[in-house]
Amino acid sequence: MLVADFTWTEFAQQLAAGIRSGAIYAGLALAIVIIYRSTRVINFAQGEMATFSTFVCWSLMNHGLSFWAAFPIVLAIAFLGGVAIERTVIRPVENASVLTIVIVTLGLALVLNGLMSLIWGGANRPFDGPFSTRTIDVAGVPISIQDVGIVVVSFVLVGLLALFFRYTKVGLGLRAAALNPASSRLVGVRVGWMLALGWGLAAVLGAVSGMMIAPVLFLDPNMMQTILLYAFAAAVLGGLDSPLGAVVGGILLGVVMTMLERYVGFIGSTLKLPVALLLILVLLLVRPGGLFGHVAVRRV
Amino acid sequence: MRIKLALDILGFVALALLVVFVPHFVADFTAYELAIIGMYFIALLGLSILTGFGGQISLGHGAFMAIGGYTTAILSVDHGVRDLWTIPIAGLVAGAAGLLVGIPALRLSGLYLALITFGIAVSFPQLPKQFDDFFGGTTGIVLGLVSPPFGLDTTPNRWLFYLTWGIALVLLAVAWIFLRGKPGRALQAVRDSEVAAESSGVNLATYKTLAFGISAFYAGVAGALYVMSTAYMNPDVFPIVLSVYLVAALAIGGLDSLVGLIAGAGVIYILQNRSDDVTRWLNHLPILDLNPKQPGMPSVVFGVVLIAVMLALPMGVGGFLRRIFQPLTSRLYSRS
Repeated sequence: MLVADFTWTEFAQQLAAGIRSGAIYAGLALAIVIIYRSTRVINFAQGEMATFSTFVCWSLMNHGLSFWAAFPIVLAIAFLGGVAIERTVIRPVENASVLTIVIVTLGLALVLNGLMSLIWGGANRPFDGPFSTRTIDVAGVPISIQDVGIVVVSFVLVGLLALFFRYTKVGLGLRAAALNPASSRLVGVRVGWMLALGWGLAAVLGAVSGMMIAPVLFLDPNMMQTILLYAFAAAVLGGLDSPLGAVVGGILLGVVMTMLERYVGFIGSTLKLPVALLLILVLLLVRPGGLFGHVAVRRV
Repeated sequence: MRIKLALDILGFVALALLVVFVPHFVADFTAYELAIIGMYFIALLGLSILTGFGGQISLGHGAFMAIGGYTTAILSVDHGVRDLWTIPIAGLVAGAAGLLVGIPALRLSGLYLALITFGIAVSFPQLPKQFDDFFGGTTGIVLGLVSPPFGLDTTPNRWLFYLTWGIALVLLAVAWIFLRGKPGRALQAVRDSEVAAESSGVNLATYKTLAFGISAFYAGVAGALYVMSTAYMNPDVFPIVLSVYLVAALAIGGLDSLVGLIAGAGVIYILQNRSDDVTRWLNHLPILDLNPKQPGMPSVVFGVVLIAVMLALPMGVGGFLRRIFQPLTSRLYSRS
């Protein structure tokens, strides 16, 4: 099954590309996990929210801003957007059935996708990223600056978030609200706002993923649809309620999928998605909690 | 209960009479449009068994429709089977695929099932691209046009109408009989509480898998009919968003309301087949002036309606109507 012309240099390049994709999946998977932990919702609109933010960035750059000038503005808009969505749309269905919540996030995805088509048109367009696609030489292996940049930005963001959750009072409140809303409310945590804050942070993570991957792909309203599926797979792989799991799952999935695509000729680029699906299916059957997650024990 | 039974049968007969007489009063193209609505109705009927009664979410029913569609396309083009006979086969193939999905579904519930079936919807279109000499790839398969069999004296579109709604009536009756008896009660018990259902002796494995299989059968039949109407099959005939439309239409219409299902089928038809017109209709509003060729507006409208209905009427429009009319109907029932 292995492709004949195997070289270690190329293997290292594929590994780098895999980690690059993995960093994107990890960011989006982490967004899914944060929302799942705080509101027990799988956000099917996560991909569309990310693409929308990326379009905002594109518009700002079109108005003459540089990427790094637009970057914080986009993050702020994404954050406010995420908070607003939680407050207006998700909050009323908080205690509704799974089906209702899933339908609401799907409705959200439809609205955002339609708005993007309306505002920016459905055609795909190139997106000038902040990093050059020139390659640099790392220990004899040519790796593009863009790939390194994407991985660095994603990891810095994840690191900052980890510090925020671990060492700030708001972060502690967020964790408390997710773990035990009733008790947190009793000790003065404003649970409702914590949930909204969670959505805001998830939107920021998604926005960064979108802005990082857009230069690699083309920007169009459906850009994140397949990436969202990989992010779901990554989140399930790591365990839906584990942030560390989401990051590890994302990187793992990125590397495995890139290797399968390159070295297993039968899979190629078309069968990547079905294989990823099969992977999560098998994993869920063997280890329902994922690699790092906990299996929920149901009380009757 | 006897009056409820009588009302159900009366409603069925009324629908059947409508099906017989409507084509005499409408234009040929309207008959075609109503036939397409009938196809979505069949798919929704199946989804209603699974989601409305069984409580299992499927975001992948577009893929089961596509499986039915491919079965019809491949059998009639590559093997010369008459399109009419491919319909039950398409249903069975899709049903078998549904059983296969149903088995892992036993162990997954709620959100995980939604994720997996969403994955099926997104990744299924890749298969025809990979195995293109069998499925026809992205170029697709061109079928012969539908023609009335047995020398019937009617137009192809009217024949499609009678065929679709005839099958829809049969499948409606089958679903009704199935849900009315023990299986229906068992499924609802599973929906309301798996643990309670299991401890009352309901075999979870059997009923969950069965519900998946049956509902995929319905989707397969609908897909087969749809491909006969388009006379063309490729991965874009059943786009990913169709799966979302199906669940959404079910939720808007009300999970287990017959009138709601027909209305939902109408909504899908407009979104899927007449999306240009939605923008054109909206342009009649004073504030709007949109280019009808610009996509997006139908999605926005549908998404907003979807969210609004979910927030305001969690039981869907059908459930809302039922609650309004409940004082009336319950008085009717109690007299028996």
